[in-house]
Amino acid sequence: MTALTDLYQEVILDHNRSPRNFRAIEGATHSGLGHNPLCGDQLTLYVKVEDGTIREIGFQGKGCAISKASASLMTEAVKGKTLAEAEELFGRFHDLLTGPSDVPAEAKGFGKLAVFSGVREFPVRVKCATLAWHTLHSALAGGSPASTE
Amino acid sequence: MIDITLTPATFDVETVRADFPILSRKVRGRPLVYLDSANTTQKPEAVIRASDRFYRETNANIHRSTYRLSEEATTAYEGAREKVRRFLNAASTREVVFTRGTTEAINLLASSFGQAYVKAGDEVLITGMEHHSNIVPWQLLCERAGARLRVLPIDDRGELVLEELDALLTDRTRILGVVHVSNALGTVNPVKEIVARAHAKGVPVLVDAAQSLPHLGVDVADLGCDFLAFSGHKVYGPTGIGVLWGKEEWLEKLPPYQGGGDMIASVSFEKTTYAELPARLEAGTGNLAGGVALGTALDYVNAIGLARIAAHERALLAHATARLSEVPGLRIVGTAREKAGVVSFVLDDVHPHDVGTILDQEGICIRTGHHCAQPVMARYDLPATARASFGLYNTLEEVDALVDGLRKVREVFGA
Ligand SMILES: Cc1ncc(COP(=O)(O)O)c(C=O)c1O
Repeated sequence: MTALTDLYQEVILDHNRSPRNFRAIEGATHSGLGHNPLCGDQLTLYVKVEDGTIREIGFQGKGCAISKASASLMTEAVKGKTLAEAEELFGRFHDLLTGPSDVPAEAKGFGKLAVFSGVREFPVRVKCATLAWHTLHSALAGGSPASTE
Repeated sequence: MIDITLTPATFDVETVRADFPILSRKVRGRPLVYLDSANTTQKPEAVIRASDRFYRETNANIHRSTYRLSEEATTAYEGAREKVRRFLNAASTREVVFTRGTTEAINLLASSFGQAYVKAGDEVLITGMEHHSNIVPWQLLCERAGARLRVLPIDDRGELVLEELDALLTDRTRILGVVHVSNALGTVNPVKEIVARAHAKGVPVLVDAAQSLPHLGVDVADLGCDFLAFSGHKVYGPTGIGVLWGKEEWLEKLPPYQGGGDMIASVSFEKTTYAELPARLEAGTGNLAGGVALGTALDYVNAIGLARIAAHERALLAHATARLSEVPGLRIVGTAREKAGVVSFVLDDVHPHDVGTILDQEGICIRTGHHCAQPVMARYDLPATARASFGLYNTLEEVDALVDGLRKVREVFGA
């Protein structure tokens, strides 16, 4: 069960049970719709950007534990970050889930997001863990709804 | 090969399992527990060999050449068509059109039938229980033709609301498409009655038999339907081969679906005349080895006997329904009075995708998601379900393994 307990770490289960920033944001400047057709996950993201910085962020929707916890932890991680910093973090987060596993995640300064390093062992679940991030990316770009397909 | 201990009512599952090479493999160090036969079935040795033997000994294109090898290939492929005819209790092999599967069969029908019979203002009737493959082709047709797609609803149990059928069969209804056994809910629909009521209004009926033919069998003469579709890979045969069956008087009237080789009588740049049925609806070289191996798969099913298979799967369904109901927080979705070996369920707040991942660690394969039936999911306001589905090789112990696996899921989630 080690791979499993790596995947479903307590932090993930906790954020699944009680997701943070699980609400619509009034006066959001950006919003986005994310959809993972494989498992039916759906989320709406609300972002309030001021002076190039993410001041407030929230989400609503349905999803598996991984996608919900990922959205929850993402909102905590990017709040207060500049758009460029958020994008940069997304890039590194993506590498964390898909890249080689030689550098310990903590060493790369992921903070709590490091709990998702276990997802690497479950390639079909990578899309769940990145759905919120793809949605953030497209919301900020003002583009079309994000889909993991 | 099929040396099974047969009694009038049962067969020896362990002997049958030995016919399926994949069932002896391990997944993550554990015995494979394959509970996803509604998705695709595993293949018995006889089917694998039939395909292999075709390529080793008989391979040549059919209907086209004068040499012996081609004649043998033609005989094998046409022999399989005859096996399909017998399996369906159809009147003639002219009614058996090989396709890539159920999806292509329905697309063929929607396209050809639609071209000939569905005009602006007409209606096509389907049900709320259809697989996407019996929705989207009709939707495309309706958009093209300016016709209207209408839907017979389902109730909370997962049964069709038959009281509304007669009202939905209007004088504009050109065809009715109905699934025999729902892949998402397991419901067995009273197709014979539905056909009778549609015919009373002069409406022809297509039956999607993808899930019924392998587990209950179908008799087109008895059902009375006009068209029927199924997939080889769901009846222990290969992927890439399936059948559209249609009454000859209907198929005769259908314009060609695709153009090309084999479907013509003669071609000139001025005018092409078409071949006889079924070739007219089968353009190009088909899946020859697949067709032959499908014939073998039907032989295999016949050797065990559909009545025994159905009884075995009924026992699995009853056991699964009872045992799953013991799992705290588990709710079965689809509680129709008549069900085949499919159990869809949800577990508390645990998303089906997480259920699937944890069961996979135990070597247990189930399907999670919308089962290509998003309108069904929407009907029950669920994003997805987990689904176990059975084949003739499943055992009661495998059902127990599923139940144990679900207890692990609850542990992981601290439920
Ligand atoms: C009821 C039903 N209809 C149609 C299909 C489509 O079959 P295929 O993908 O083999 O064309 C399926 C397969 O999932 C099914 O369960």
